[in-house]
Amino acid sequence: MSENRFRAVNRAVPKTDAFSIMGGAPVYTGDMVPRDALTVLLLRSPHAFARVKKVHKDKAMLVSGVVCVLDHTDVPSHRYSNAGASYPGNNPFDRRILDEYARYVGDPVALVAAETEEAARKALKLIRVEYEVLQPVLDYETADTDPSVVHPEDNFVFQCDIGGDLEHNVLSTIQSDGGDFDAAYAACPIQLDETYHTMANQQAMMETFRTYSYLDQAGRLTLVSSTQITFHARRLVSQALGIPQAKVRVIKPRVGGGFGAKQSMGTELFAAVVTHLTGRPAYCCFTRQETCQCTNTRHAFRIRVRMGADLDGTVRALWVDSLENAGAYGEHAANVIGLSAHKTIPLCAKAEDWRFTGKVVYTNTTPGGAYRGFGATQGCFAVESTLNKLAVKLHLDPTLIRLKNIPEVGKPMSAYYGEVLQSCSLDRCIATGKKMISWDEKYAPAPFSKPSGPHRYRGVGMAVSMQGSGITATDNCSVTLRLDDGGFYTLLIGASDIGTGCDTILAQMAAEILQCDTEKITVSGVDTSYSPYDKGSYASSTTYITGNATTKAAKELLGKMYDAAAETLKVPREELFFDGESFSGRGARLTVFELGRDSVNRFQTWLSATASFSSPTSPPPFVAGFAEVEVDTQTGEVKLLDLVGVVDCGTVINKALAHVQAEGGFAQGAGMALYEQVHLTEEGKLSTNSFMQYKLPSRLDLPPIRIAFEESYEPTGPFGAKSIGEVVINTPSPAIMAAIQNAVGVTIQTLPATAEKVFMALRAAEGQKEIR
Amino acid sequence: MTLTFTLNGRKMSQEISPDESLLSVLRRCGCYSVRSGCDTSNCGICTVWVDGHAILSCSYPAPRAEGRSVTTMEGVRDEAQDLMTFLAEEGADQCGFCSPGFIMSVLAMLRELKDPTVDEMEQYLSGNLCRCTGYNSQHRAIVKLLEKRRDEHHV
Repeated sequence: MSENRFRAVNRAVPKTDAFSIMGGAPVYTGDMVPRDALTVLLLRSPHAFARVKKVHKDKAMLVSGVVCVLDHTDVPSHRYSNAGASYPGNNPFDRRILDEYARYVGDPVALVAAETEEAARKALKLIRVEYEVLQPVLDYETADTDPSVVHPEDNFVFQCDIGGDLEHNVLSTIQSDGGDFDAAYAACPIQLDETYHTMANQQAMMETFRTYSYLDQAGRLTLVSSTQITFHARRLVSQALGIPQAKVRVIKPRVGGGFGAKQSMGTELFAAVVTHLTGRPAYCCFTRQETCQCTNTRHAFRIRVRMGADLDGTVRALWVDSLENAGAYGEHAANVIGLSAHKTIPLCAKAEDWRFTGKVVYTNTTPGGAYRGFGATQGCFAVESTLNKLAVKLHLDPTLIRLKNIPEVGKPMSAYYGEVLQSCSLDRCIATGKKMISWDEKYAPAPFSKPSGPHRYRGVGMAVSMQGSGITATDNCSVTLRLDDGGFYTLLIGASDIGTGCDTILAQMAAEILQCDTEKITVSGVDTSYSPYDKGSYASSTTYITGNATTKAAKELLGKMYDAAAETLKVPREELFFDGESFSGRGARLTVFELGRDSVNRFQTWLSATASFSSPTSPPPFVAGFAEVEVDTQTGEVKLLDLVGVVDCGTVINKALAHVQAEGGFAQGAGMALYEQVHLTEEGKLSTNSFMQYKLPSRLDLPPIRIAFEESYEPTGPFGAKSIGEVVINTPSPAIMAAIQNAVGVTIQTLPATAEKVFMALRAAEGQKEIR
Repeated sequence: MTLTFTLNGRKMSQEISPDESLLSVLRRCGCYSVRSGCDTSNCGICTVWVDGHAILSCSYPAPRAEGRSVTTMEGVRDEAQDLMTFLAEEGADQCGFCSPGFIMSVLAMLRELKDPTVDEMEQYLSGNLCRCTGYNSQHRAIVKLLEKRRDEHHV
């Protein structure tokens, strides 16, 4: 693949919205709220589990400026899911806008809408709630034997059978097998059985949840919302309010990040229900504390891995047994758990005998949801850590053990839904990463081999990972591309750019085919009234799914332009030459400007094309991640010295944006590995509910993250591209834990590796060997 | 109460409540670049200048701005042009929500420190969190800006 094969893709093109968003233009939801919008605030439960007996609203209603105070008796009773996913799906309908039960500390109990924020705040304080306090289920590891039932309601709806047992707080159970795990494991000379815990991490996008709503000129309930799932939100709002989708319109402006959080609804219905009931514009904006505590987080997992291997390090048998905490509501939970196995087991490609068992339980804690990686992150930590343990046990270099096990192009991956791998440069990723971090100099098998100062030791570690590119045969999208008067193109998309730059990369793809500059493509989205349907931005799907639809539409439009030019110029189509500016042939010439002008003024058909795409496959991108740490044995402090990531996302569509996606993903992965501690009080309240308590990595906490790309060519992808968004978050946790082990010999299997945890592990190990 | 102050070079009088934050007043004045990210003075998104010094407007009581000069992103777009161009080239904007506050901190730093070292830069900007980028691309953009300024100096 030579550099100059492409003119618009495979380059570093600045984002189409770069100067407006950086310059502080009022382009986000909160900047455009109508002046007369009511402020919507929520009264939240102080109890982890309680039944609401009565809400006394009379005093609150007396506050001047209060327009309505609502509790569960005032809002539609339809159950729905906050999860944005294609339907019919498997997310349980377990929510109401306001419910009779409060299922975690922070679950909304009542709502106030008032002319001013001051009035709303005053009214909130005057609401009195009578609760019947119930015994909460706080420990997900014992939730299925807890006598309390988190979802006792009789109108709970499973969309399909996902192995639920609500009496025992089980939302879903799942099992799948390839071959005969038991027999293969028993026959292996090396057997490992390890258990890991991952935390309920915060997505922590900088813009909290916010939505405003109003009735548009046709009386439609219109929501302007910071969301990843514009079209799903329309459906979910209509379901929750019991009104037709035709009566709901959702608009997505610029979004200040999501990372999966906004793949579930947050503020939408609280604004919408007020507008629906009062006819008034309404604005609901969550505080940071509400966003941390009362929306959704990564699902906490306990994962037990049983791995059987040959003496040469070839993994023959692998069982991933996952227990997932759904929290109080089941958004995405039954899907997340699958990825903990289906996107980890295939990396041990010789393990033809594998098993995946999973259980998802409800507890009275903050709900889980989607967060970049979506279960693959949790699984990667567990499986890759076990593989690193196998390397230590067999005295094998962890990079070499990967090379023995990684999947090969052309072969089916039985644990990855049987899909055949069509592109993979993971071997090159590993080789390049080794060079970048000077692996052969730095890796010494025995701990304490690399002293770097008084009571300080260095170590290196690595891991590999894969993700998908969209959801196979589930997620669909359409795009419309048209030639406009003035000789420019308009690309209408329903994919939700949330900062990731899909508006830009899709314009690049269209420009590549139409042989023009990216600036000639105006991208518009998303408004459910005008945009073609798109599942939304999640599951690493925009580059691949919406990208494929875009290239299809661009090719179709170009074909129509050829036809129109041939007819206008009276030159056979085969003899026409198109250079992006004009069509020419037999001495005649027609510019794109003229074609656009004629298209709107003269032709019987407008030059436009709409194409759809749904994929029969989800080609995995790959990454090899490396870390170097220095551990202080007197304090347990882990200093992250180096983080290297080498990525195979097929053809890189936008070199700058892909690079920053990778750096940002590695940074979040490092936060999960080392800093982002999650804590619940004894009463079940999430106490790490602000950036004061929840430690996001700052620029002082991260080393320069070094990223390289080893491009492969995915035959089913647009220009050979696969996804990039999620895969880059997965490897830091196992790589950093391996580096800590390599430095000082202790293994951390519950994230994050805080200084305290490492110190205690060192202390425990001291009993077994000489003090260092 | 009435707050009289200078906003981006223009004299202003604005009715405020005594317990209001400067952030809230600035947004009311139409400076939408000033945004809240964390509510707890941790993220740096709401960074503006008061009398030329970078402060967090979310925790700065508006009455303290009486008689002072407040500068927001809206007032320094020309000065920020080169930095924004380099940030855009690096793809360092991503969601862009933290960008104006970050840019205000960078410009304040460059007024204060003529030729900052890497350590000085990281220390100065450590209060500006970004969840998207992992910071490296921001750093590369600043280095490019410093190089450009150095070149311009030498010409």
